[in-house]
Amino acid sequence: MSDGVETAEQTVATLHGCPLIDSHGQQVLLVPRESYVSVVKSLLVDGYDMCIDLTGIDYLNMPHRKVGAGVQPERFEVVVNLLSLTHRQRIRLRVQVPESDAVLPSLFDIHPGTEAHERETYDMFGITFDGHPDMTRILMPEDWHGHPLRKDYDQGSIPVQFKGSHS
Amino acid sequence: MSTVISAGTNEGGQELRSRSELTAKELFREVGSVLRLSEAEAAKLAEVQTEAPEDQTMIINMGPQHPSTHGVLRLMLELQGETVLRCKPIIGYLHTGMEKTGESLTYMQGGTNVTRMDYLSPLNNELVFSLAVEKLLGIDGDIPERAVWMRMLLSELNRMSSHLLFLATNGMDIGAVSMMLYGWREREEVLRFFQKVTGLRMNHNFIRPGGLAADLPAGWRDDVLEILENLPSRLEEYDILMTGQPIWRERLQGVGAITAREAMALGATGPILRSTGVPWDLRREMPYLRYDDVEFDVIVGEHGDAYDRYAIRFNEIRESMRIVYQILDRMPSGDYRIQNKKVTPPPRARIDESMEALIHHFKIFTEGFKVPEGEVYVGIESPRGEIGCYIVSDGSSTPYRMHMRAPSFVNIQALPHMMRGGLVADAVAVISSVDPVLGEVDR
Amino acid sequence: MGLAQNVLDDGLGGIEHNFVTARIEDLVKWARSRSSWGASFGLACCAIEMMGTGASHYDISRFGMEVFRASPRQADIMIVAGRVSQKMAPVLRQVYDQMMEPKWVISMGVCASSGGMFNNYAIVQGVDQIVPVDVYAPGCPPTPETLIHAIETLHQLIEDGEIMRRREATGSGAGIELSAEAPATSPVVIGSK
Repeated sequence: MSDGVETAEQTVATLHGCPLIDSHGQQVLLVPRESYVSVVKSLLVDGYDMCIDLTGIDYLNMPHRKVGAGVQPERFEVVVNLLSLTHRQRIRLRVQVPESDAVLPSLFDIHPGTEAHERETYDMFGITFDGHPDMTRILMPEDWHGHPLRKDYDQGSIPVQFKGSHS
Repeated sequence: MSTVISAGTNEGGQELRSRSELTAKELFREVGSVLRLSEAEAAKLAEVQTEAPEDQTMIINMGPQHPSTHGVLRLMLELQGETVLRCKPIIGYLHTGMEKTGESLTYMQGGTNVTRMDYLSPLNNELVFSLAVEKLLGIDGDIPERAVWMRMLLSELNRMSSHLLFLATNGMDIGAVSMMLYGWREREEVLRFFQKVTGLRMNHNFIRPGGLAADLPAGWRDDVLEILENLPSRLEEYDILMTGQPIWRERLQGVGAITAREAMALGATGPILRSTGVPWDLRREMPYLRYDDVEFDVIVGEHGDAYDRYAIRFNEIRESMRIVYQILDRMPSGDYRIQNKKVTPPPRARIDESMEALIHHFKIFTEGFKVPEGEVYVGIESPRGEIGCYIVSDGSSTPYRMHMRAPSFVNIQALPHMMRGGLVADAVAVISSVDPVLGEVDR
Repeated sequence: MGLAQNVLDDGLGGIEHNFVTARIEDLVKWARSRSSWGASFGLACCAIEMMGTGASHYDISRFGMEVFRASPRQADIMIVAGRVSQKMAPVLRQVYDQMMEPKWVISMGVCASSGGMFNNYAIVQGVDQIVPVDVYAPGCPPTPETLIHAIETLHQLIEDGEIMRRREATGSGAGIELSAEAPATSPVVIGSK
């Protein structure tokens, strides 16, 4: 089977047209970039009215990872965590973002609370969000070069020298 | 030898654009999503003195070094006279690269990193990190009962100490400077207990994946009882000093009001959401540890203003005391950590006897234990709101990505909405009522 | 009355046991060391311990320091409490420059002294790269006792005049010039992971 380990997810459920998988008892929705905003809107109608978290991940050092349900993995992934207060349920969205075109539509119009999260994801990964009112760096100084949480960005440690040691 | 350092960073991108550049739609965005508010509501909110011509407003900078902000928070306020029209919080002055550092520390060392994010409730940070790692390992159902109840005890005591600090700083910001000394007096009692149990007053790294680092010392019950017995009378004192007092009420009632829909749209959780009337407390709604086994009330406000937030935190101290009393009665005996050789180090005595134990100890502390591939998100209720930990593991002994969803990071987005139309002095009261901790805002 | 009469009777010979003499310099140093006010520069966790030191249990008011002035113009000691990030470094230097001489710096905690456990791109590895430090207080965070020890060490140094002697000998400050042209640039890429 081409998916290798993910035999359990062969007969996957879908929600709003996207595959829904289970990760340690938590619902994860694998959303393609094109239907990202519409899926979030549909989930809002379903009752997922709070966006708890939005963050990015750089999978540069895991090039052969499997996402599941036949979804093509890209370098970046944006993970959105939604919460439904009425159903007491969480759902997680994972959107693959290619390196060559690291743009995603902004969720600001649906969930204004994603403003700071999207700025942080831009600052740390370089993924820009279309339609965001203020796409600037939030944690690093304004004119910083580079995106610190990318895997090809060095941690910047300086070698610690101990008294009496050689060199 | 002289070096050249630039005098300041170029933060041009951080400026507030002048209001003449903004269209009406943009201005509505400033007060919240156009889709979530009806047009009439948005128009009413946007109407706050927009007819003031451009030259009568002034953009001033508050912070990052300022006695009234809770750490290095910088606010750009657009003022017309004393009234705040718009506000932009600028953060990043405490950015520590903790998420990057977390990728190079093993899971046992991860607690030291994570605990310094929200440094007022460090045990909660460690707890959420440990819960996430345990879920990834698949051992979250096997944690011994005593460890679970100990975690609850420490978490609730931490909530008490964090809220006492809130009372202290809130009092000082509003002007009741003596409250600073009183709040710290109570906090010292709790910190003394923490020092006895964990060895440190702050930033403990005590709650680790698999359980805790050590067992409770002998005589802990008496220490906790002593704290709990002294507290109610002191809380009465603070009630008299602040709650009923006319100046306190005038300064806080009606200040920084936010509606439930705005709070939910902004993702604000914790006392901010509860002050608007939404009874959302993760300990009750999505229980973790054994919170579904203990009785406590969820304090809910009505008006969504700063006074409600103060009252919520004040009464949450009492609720935490109630929980701690129940824990004292029901603390089971047993192990303080899971006895899984791959995850928790063996007892020190065994290292002398068994080669295997020595090897496991060595491997756990140098290389770290490996966690299977996967990703998980766990959220718990910290004194500031929902703190969450999202870990992605690639099968090695260090996390591939460790992200913390910090409640103050999201709650700060509510500041412009709360300060709109208020005075500068109210701005200080509002920041204080949101109770941000810049360590977790900037990570 | 009787005391004054004794003084007059003893005359110049009674100077040793009737007058206290000191150099003005010593009196000034004694006064400075006992009423130095701190500039509040609390950044992170160490700030909480610093506030705890000022609170009633540990009480640095007995050393004359309970007043933390917000304005750097009115402060003597800057206690850098917490980790200094890249964005905060110019602000720190500006506040230090605004303080009036004589001024001293206590670097509180390991993050301020050397970067602490955060050896990465975001934290300045030691605040002594930006301002000259007089006393380092280790700990993560240092307990209030450690901070009081550091403060007392500084007070002793002030009273002995050690610091002023050194400053006069070497020239003031850390010899760092500020230039408005050079912007904050790219990250530090030193060493390997």
